[in-house]
Amino acid sequence: MDWVNAIVQGIFVGGLYALFATGLSLIFGVMRLVNIAHGDLIILAAFLSLAVVDGLNIHPLVSLVIVVPVMAAFGYALQRGILNFTLGKDILPPLLVTFGLSVIIQNALLETFSADSQRLQAGAIETASIPIGQGLAIGVLPLIIFVTAIVVIGGLQFVFYQTTLGRVFRATSDDAVTARTMGIDKSHVFALAMALALAVVAIAGVLMGIRTNFDPAVGPARLLFAFEAVIMGGLGNLWGTLAGGIILGVAQAIGAQINPGWQILAGHIAFLIVLVIRPNGLFPRIQG
Amino acid sequence: MSKLIGKRKSGLIEIGGSLSRRRFIKASALGAAGLAGAGTLTRPRLARANDTITIGYVSPQTGPLAPFAEADDYILAGIREVLADGIDVDGTMHPVEILVRDSQSNPSRASEVAADLILGDEVNMIVVSSTPETTNPVSDQCEINEVPCVSTVAPWQPWFFTRGGDPEAGFEFTYHFFWGLEDVIAVFTDMWSQLETNQSVGGLFPNDGDGNAWGDPELGFPPVLANLGYTLTDPGRYQNLTDDFTAQISAFKDASAEIVTGVVIPPDWTTFWTQSAQQGFRPKIASIGKALLFPVAVEALGDTGNNLSSEVWWSPSHPFSSSLTGQSAAEVAEGYTSATGRQWTQPIGFAHALFEVAVDALRRSGDPTDYYAVTDAVATTDINSVVGPIRWGDGPVRNVAKTPLVGGQWRLGGEFPYELVITSNEQAPEIPTASTMEPIS
Repeated sequence: MDWVNAIVQGIFVGGLYALFATGLSLIFGVMRLVNIAHGDLIILAAFLSLAVVDGLNIHPLVSLVIVVPVMAAFGYALQRGILNFTLGKDILPPLLVTFGLSVIIQNALLETFSADSQRLQAGAIETASIPIGQGLAIGVLPLIIFVTAIVVIGGLQFVFYQTTLGRVFRATSDDAVTARTMGIDKSHVFALAMALALAVVAIAGVLMGIRTNFDPAVGPARLLFAFEAVIMGGLGNLWGTLAGGIILGVAQAIGAQINPGWQILAGHIAFLIVLVIRPNGLFPRIQG
Repeated sequence: MSKLIGKRKSGLIEIGGSLSRRRFIKASALGAAGLAGAGTLTRPRLARANDTITIGYVSPQTGPLAPFAEADDYILAGIREVLADGIDVDGTMHPVEILVRDSQSNPSRASEVAADLILGDEVNMIVVSSTPETTNPVSDQCEINEVPCVSTVAPWQPWFFTRGGDPEAGFEFTYHFFWGLEDVIAVFTDMWSQLETNQSVGGLFPNDGDGNAWGDPELGFPPVLANLGYTLTDPGRYQNLTDDFTAQISAFKDASAEIVTGVVIPPDWTTFWTQSAQQGFRPKIASIGKALLFPVAVEALGDTGNNLSSEVWWSPSHPFSSSLTGQSAAEVAEGYTSATGRQWTQPIGFAHALFEVAVDALRRSGDPTDYYAVTDAVATTDINSVVGPIRWGDGPVRNVAKTPLVGGQWRLGGEFPYELVITSNEQAPEIPTASTMEPIS
């Protein structure tokens, strides 16, 4: 029973990893930009929510109404104002610039919110759970996070394959020059993609902030698993990212069940195995 | 104001090991006192009025360890005010300058700023605080460069043994005051003995310096718990910032653990405690190091933080007062709250005490510019500080002075969301308890 429980909980943790990774996957899919500041942007969203919650005295989930548009607007401005200038043949400038951005966000948060470990108070849903017998119980919050991951990815998938905006994204991603001859403004499209990615980051940040503590310095730690989930799932494939996240979560749960020392290692080993068998990830849609 | 050049490099005359050199200089200084005037050979610059004493202070003001240094500004403002007229050394007033450096929570950076303070600013002594990541590299720099250094807020074992300390020889220039692992174990087990339990303990020990020390099968919790009749379930060392504690929770449930202990970082404790509630695991006692140090981390748990217990190194109800300002522990804490609007934290008292030790040693040194004299003065410290008596010599090793440790529980209510209430004082009966242990409901 312990094993069943471990795997079930691992799947739910996988949902969290997938949510962390979706924004990263989206940005890479559209513009081949590796965003080193992704983890810090998640933390930024969590702090933003904290400020809104404290200021307006509302539930953290309600704060999404404000945090999501603000982060999206920030994403648009960030892409148009800075990141577009770094994109080109060389992959190094965007890496360096987002790395710098990561340092700036951390220190700005430290100055504004101090180094205290914070958490978004969500009341009873934090600890509520649904018992399903024989010592097995599913936490309400992990369930919400998992369902949110599926809904977010489903929604993005819809946008990408059923709407004009999605066609524009895919066209720009496939061949920016030809897309331009069709009257597509690359800078605007990339900025929209970043806005969409940061809207997802906002959701991930708020849910993470309800789940556990965060502080200005914790962002980079959230980046590694997101990268692994993206790469395992296959670059540019959002459902693949969900699969990658779940594989990572379950592998860690199984490792932990054997010995907690193997928890993180088991995730990395699963990552290596996938890379050895399928160097492009499980379900690649584009060639990296 | 001319600044004094320290006599670190006074060993122009190199003789064998540092101890014999030190003795030699001491002896020649004594001789100099007899042969009036001849002493100028070994004292290139004599202390003059207006010669500034500089104290270097290193702490983690930014980065993950920053909560430890949050009260620095308040403490330093108070110290600077007291020292506005300088330090009186044998009738001569010396102005004091305190140079504050940020370790950025990074051991290499800590080492770098310490070297800068020693070689660039030529400080007369260094004080350093907050976790082995800060105290150890700074102490090492001081030991190498032969500058007196006083450190605190790190259990003494990781400060002494991790730096390669030999209990027989000890260190020459670096001194430390705090408590040790043996004190935490004693405090925790005393708290547990106050409640009726099945004596089954679950251990959460991460794979880091603290986790490995606490879970060490010879020097950590396991042997002591076995002696006292507790059974310990230790699933193994996990990595910090883990998102899933299901394996540990299952193991504790299987052992029907009624007590949980460990040394856990705040985000991991929140994850563990939330998942425990979700999966129906509710121990009677949870005594945790590190995670429950700061009130904000307990507040992060919502109402589920009530009656969690932790070791207490300092509190406003400690019956001690500052040798520098005369303020009681309560007054120091109250001053911090009224200056910042924030709840008191345990490092406040120790940051203050660090300067009590430094000022007292400089005052008694006879010559604050003489590294050997200041080091000797530190070694012979005997003060009653705001964190309790500090006296080197009767500690576990010669460079370590132990301060009293008690235990407490976080309880809901009061001026702030949670108050830390002292519930165990078996180790230090002079510190009053305010309550007895209550089970987590």
